[in-house]
Amino acid sequence: MGERTALGVLFRVLEMSTSPFAVIVDIDGAGSHPAAWRHADAEPGELLSAAWVSANVSAAERAGVTAVTFSDHPLPPRDVDGPTARLDAVLQASFTAPLTSALGLIPVVHGLYTEPFHLATQTATVDTASLGRAGVLIEGDEDPRIAARHGREPLPARLVAEELTDVVEAIRRLWDTWEGDAVIRDVSTGRFFDPAKVHYADFEGHRFSVRGPAILPRSPQGQLPVFSAHSGIGADVVLVDAPLDASLGAVREARAAHPADTRVILELETALDRAGQTGAERVAALDEHAVWAGSGRARYVGNAEGLARILVSLTDVVDGVRIRPAVLGHDLDELARAVLPRLRDVGVFRSPLVGSTLRESLGLGATVNRFAEVSR
Amino acid sequence: MSIQLGVFFQGVNFSTVWSHPDSGSQTEFESFRRLIETAERGLFTAFFLGEGLRLREHLGALHALDVAGRPDAFTQLAALAAITRDIGLVATQNTTYNDPVDLAHRLQSLDLLSGGRAAWNVVTTDNAWTGENFRRGGYLDHSDRYSHAADVIAIARRVWDSRDPAGIAVDRQAPQWGAAPAPFQYDTGYYSVDASGSLPRSPQEHPVLFQAGDSGEGRDFAARHAEVIFSAHNTFEAARDFAHDIRARTVAAGRPADDLKIFPGQEFIIADTLAEVDDKVRWVRENQVTPATALAFVEQLWGTSLDGHDPDGDLPSFDPVQAETGETRGAGFRAAKALETATAWRALAETKKLSLRELVIEIGTRRGFAGTADSIADELIPFSEQHVVDGFNVSPWLVPTGLDDIVNKLVPAMQERGIYWTEYPGETLRENLGLRAPLTRRGGAGVQTPTAAAPEPADAHG
Repeated sequence: MGERTALGVLFRVLEMSTSPFAVIVDIDGAGSHPAAWRHADAEPGELLSAAWVSANVSAAERAGVTAVTFSDHPLPPRDVDGPTARLDAVLQASFTAPLTSALGLIPVVHGLYTEPFHLATQTATVDTASLGRAGVLIEGDEDPRIAARHGREPLPARLVAEELTDVVEAIRRLWDTWEGDAVIRDVSTGRFFDPAKVHYADFEGHRFSVRGPAILPRSPQGQLPVFSAHSGIGADVVLVDAPLDASLGAVREARAAHPADTRVILELETALDRAGQTGAERVAALDEHAVWAGSGRARYVGNAEGLARILVSLTDVVDGVRIRPAVLGHDLDELARAVLPRLRDVGVFRSPLVGSTLRESLGLGATVNRFAEVSR
Repeated sequence: MSIQLGVFFQGVNFSTVWSHPDSGSQTEFESFRRLIETAERGLFTAFFLGEGLRLREHLGALHALDVAGRPDAFTQLAALAAITRDIGLVATQNTTYNDPVDLAHRLQSLDLLSGGRAAWNVVTTDNAWTGENFRRGGYLDHSDRYSHAADVIAIARRVWDSRDPAGIAVDRQAPQWGAAPAPFQYDTGYYSVDASGSLPRSPQEHPVLFQAGDSGEGRDFAARHAEVIFSAHNTFEAARDFAHDIRARTVAAGRPADDLKIFPGQEFIIADTLAEVDDKVRWVRENQVTPATALAFVEQLWGTSLDGHDPDGDLPSFDPVQAETGETRGAGFRAAKALETATAWRALAETKKLSLRELVIEIGTRRGFAGTADSIADELIPFSEQHVVDGFNVSPWLVPTGLDDIVNKLVPAMQERGIYWTEYPGETLRENLGLRAPLTRRGGAGVQTPTAAAPEPADAHG
């Protein structure tokens, strides 16, 4: 009871801030443990199926998490115990758009060697199909094998941040090229759209340029929330790695490394007690096949109550967590059954509402169209 | 045999009427849902999306008169895959401004998500104006566009053939889930790729390949690589001649004549009674070709603004101000000698006593089928009996309700005459189209060239 009262005070403090706490779940194969496929509720060959994608995303929506991310990488995983293939993340997000109604859908895209024009259209298409629930998680890996996959020159590591900054800016400009009221259908002039409200992007980057305008009219959100693990590239939300300790000192330090107006989300691996097995026992069984190597990333192995307690204390430090479940279905079940209800009870977390946009669920404010401002 | 139907959600053109109260959004998901659900109710074989790489321009400014704006084709089709079960999902994708390995991987993802219903309509747009939106810019010589497209298809097939399905674990105790396929290298002459596919093949093995070339080179390209060809040859005589030519080219390419299915684009205007047909056709044409659209159409040839010119009057009395057409960029108009064309237009207008706008309707709109459902179904019988087409790709002039009359009236009339199926014959797009296995997967490596088998279907029917 004492704990509840203290949390109630905390809740009222949080109410005054504009940033609701986000719980995001990563969808990647059978889970983040490399041997997760051995405990998954799907046959090995079914992990690359529509049924598996929709089962997990539907479970996430039922659980009431803020959003899911769809992990992806241009190179198929090699020399691993688990799956060596992934379905394209943007298409997974789009496929699940009509099957969900509140959940945010955030595909990973790789920015260094792909076409910014295509990325802008693809992600805006997910936003349009989901009625404003799309985000995008931009990754950039200078691995020369990715350049070779695209038939391009490899980019030196020192230029990665510069290139990603250009890519984010190009995409954001393309998203703004159509004002929200550009389609006018004016019979008297015969004009379907008002050309004064459709703008060229005219982006000149260090290594590419994009003329524009976008090919798709403004999506419901216009500016999709941009996530990245790279700081300083113009993302709205930065994903950070920091180990968990009792005082959350490392997490606080990671938070402090970013400007106050940047949302910070902590990456968090979880393996929860489940069905008579402790999280540690579950991990040990999987580790016999392939070890779940730690990498300085927060990891929680234990019961649901303990995770809920940590998440409550994290609400004071970061803007949310991205949970990477050891085994997707199993840890997601526990999250839904015993963790999220507890967070909701104490008032530190709210599930997204049907019809709300991802920007709204994340508490990101309205945006101003950069071109509209100039032209008025 | 059954004539099949596909539907083309056009997105960008003047054939889509946007001024009618029933005209819905061209980009909101509900319009797509409505159209594809109607198509699937009508047992349509496939749903097609175009690709937009640059917004069209006219006389140096954005072309604002036609519907504009398109979703990304693969992305949109993935969403539509979730709400459909049988209909094929065809994405137009350009071979110049998409990266081959990326394109192939995304298409294979769509094929898996849809359970074997994905297809790729291969187009070769290569101009530098489009390239201004892309990293490589206008890098490709126009004369190389088809050879480069063939390279892109070859790379895609390498991606799709990478994974040995026997290598994926059948149970959770296997030593590992499955090794990553070995990489391959391919040099297109413009760039080289070093990559591997990773995904297993779908139930239809490879996505189906569509193509729309009409030049001799384009037709030969289709005969070598494609499995379905679009065309503009939709009248009976034109369709018959086209089928003859395409089947001969397909055989010459070492493939059975029926390896390449023929789907001309088609428009249907269906009235309740024969007496109402002419009025409805006129209404549709006048809404497609508004006064402003008629002027813009002529401006493209004249190369100058005709602001203030009366669209219901004659063609301009002065000659075009350019030797070659200043095309509405992205509209796909063929460059032609402007003066020559203008002279021909004037002659036609004089002979038929046509105003400028009537002339544009005459030359700029499709010669589709117009009639009652029964009269059109009767007209379609010889197309089926003589097998001059495998299907039609319908361009609805209204979105999203433009298929309602076709599905509710024409389809039953065709079924009564035995020229339209009453259920989907297969579970994948490839099966529904009656296609063989993909060219690289017919028992042995490389393109198989069957000789004794494969009956010649052309003209033998009926």
